[in-house]
Amino acid sequence: MQRLKLAVVSAGLSRPSSTRLLADRLTEATGERLAQAGRPVDVHAIELRDLATDIANHMVTGFPSAPLREALDAVAGADGVIAVTPVFTASYSGLFKSFFDVLDNTALTGTPVLIAATGGTARHSLALEHALRPLFAYLRAVVVPTAVFAASEDWGAGDAQTEGLPVRVARAGEELAGLMAGRPAAAAAPEEEGVVPFEEQLAALRPR
Amino acid sequence: MMQFGIFSVGDVTTDPTNGRTPTEHERIKAMVAVALKAEEVGLDVFATGEHHNPPFVPSSPTTMLGYIAARTERLLLSTSTTLITTNDPVKIAEDFAMLQHLADGRVDLMMGRGNTGPVYPWFGQDIRQGIPLAIENYALLHRLWREDTVDWEGRFRTPLQGFTATPRPLDGVPPFVWHGSIRSPEIAEQAAYYGDGFFANNIFWPREHFVRLIDLYRQRYAHYGHGTPEQAVVGLGGQVFMRKNSQDAVREFRPYFDNAPVYGHGPSLEEFTEQTPLTVGSPQEVIEKTLTFRESFGDYQRQLFLMDHAGLPLKTVLEQLDILGEEVVPVLREEFAKGRPAEVPDGPTHEALVARRDTAAPAGTGG
Repeated sequence: MQRLKLAVVSAGLSRPSSTRLLADRLTEATGERLAQAGRPVDVHAIELRDLATDIANHMVTGFPSAPLREALDAVAGADGVIAVTPVFTASYSGLFKSFFDVLDNTALTGTPVLIAATGGTARHSLALEHALRPLFAYLRAVVVPTAVFAASEDWGAGDAQTEGLPVRVARAGEELAGLMAGRPAAAAAPEEEGVVPFEEQLAALRPR
Repeated sequence: MMQFGIFSVGDVTTDPTNGRTPTEHERIKAMVAVALKAEEVGLDVFATGEHHNPPFVPSSPTTMLGYIAARTERLLLSTSTTLITTNDPVKIAEDFAMLQHLADGRVDLMMGRGNTGPVYPWFGQDIRQGIPLAIENYALLHRLWREDTVDWEGRFRTPLQGFTATPRPLDGVPPFVWHGSIRSPEIAEQAAYYGDGFFANNIFWPREHFVRLIDLYRQRYAHYGHGTPEQAVVGLGGQVFMRKNSQDAVREFRPYFDNAPVYGHGPSLEEFTEQTPLTVGSPQEVIEKTLTFRESFGDYQRQLFLMDHAGLPLKTVLEQLDILGEEVVPVLREEFAKGRPAEVPDGPTHEALVARRDTAAPAGTGG
């Protein structure tokens, strides 16, 4: 059976970064579920920190550098995406948003996406729902129901009111894996520029 | 023969090395000086942009080109681009036919859609209709130059009944038309359909992107029966800054690059040079880089360089044109001629179009 492709976008800035740590946990959980379903997966991890200058240059020039092109193509060609950002000033980080700003706005249409975020306090957790989910809804991605937020304390015990981080990670991974496994085999990317024959373009303009 | 020339955006840009900003009057006169210099140093083409907002001055291309026509003998006058979306195609037909007569045929033009959103509403159009406007307006322009009396009805303009665009094109042969595009395959398709030229303004974007676009144009040109893919008429952009010693060129141009309105404060000069046709160095480096275009895009017809930009003072631009005309273009002419298959067409001229018309239709049936 064809191997699935999973792109993991992490916008963490420090090294090591808890954002990357969360992305890795989610990747593992998704991979395990897919393995159980007999669907091997290739993971393409994208650290936006390494592409920060390329992303800014793309904004200025209108074209991506080769490394950024490769990252954008990996996301566009993936069967599923895990997107993880730190919460900055009540929302996704500017770098995270900028990456999806330079991504073609049809690249994620119909693609299952798992959203996750990290922050210093659980008070930021709804940023996932009021910022990330609408962003991917605009891109017409299929966002899995469980969005995973990891506050600093979650890396320890968490709080008594919430299931622990491992439970949420496992549930989100299961949801993403389920959507990815259920996808039809990805069609090969079209080689030719799609062009509408000129007669059709002209005919569409004739007065009716 | 390939044609070599320059194209100007017509921006008023502050010289970042001394903070001096030319007046509009100075910039307009500088554009004319640059065009006259192009003829003096043996270049073939001068093309001006069309813009309707500051900091750009060339809002009225045929006025400028008519003035240059009166002061030159050989230079081909062109545009880069003429806005087919927001200009009335009837007025384009009239303006450029008039210019064609005044310049004794030394005129062609490049259609473009423009990239400034507000220009559309300023001229009563809707930017979301950019491609349909380009298609419908050009279809009308194409007829106005080829049919003496036109009945026409479309979506974007009042209908015409029994309309004759005057003056009729010189010798009954319309100016050659290029279609310029940076990213739209629809425009490559349009150029191919009509058998017109396709100009890929490749100065900001990487090579791979334009290889796809030009290949598409060549394939579709053949599909529509105008000739082989190799016979399609291709023009390319480029931008260069030269000094005898490469390091001197880099040192002198860097502040202009770093502050340029279009790409300044973005990638480094070195990154940009690697990814785009920009060459900053010795004349020999410019020759070598330009010759690689043929490897990427096939034998082509017209090479235009962007020279007067980024706030470079006029004196420097004129020096650049001296180097371009004396040291670079003669070598490029010679090198591009080597191994160029006989069936690859020359750069388009009025005389050649008249001759082709007369060969194709000896009975004088026209276009």
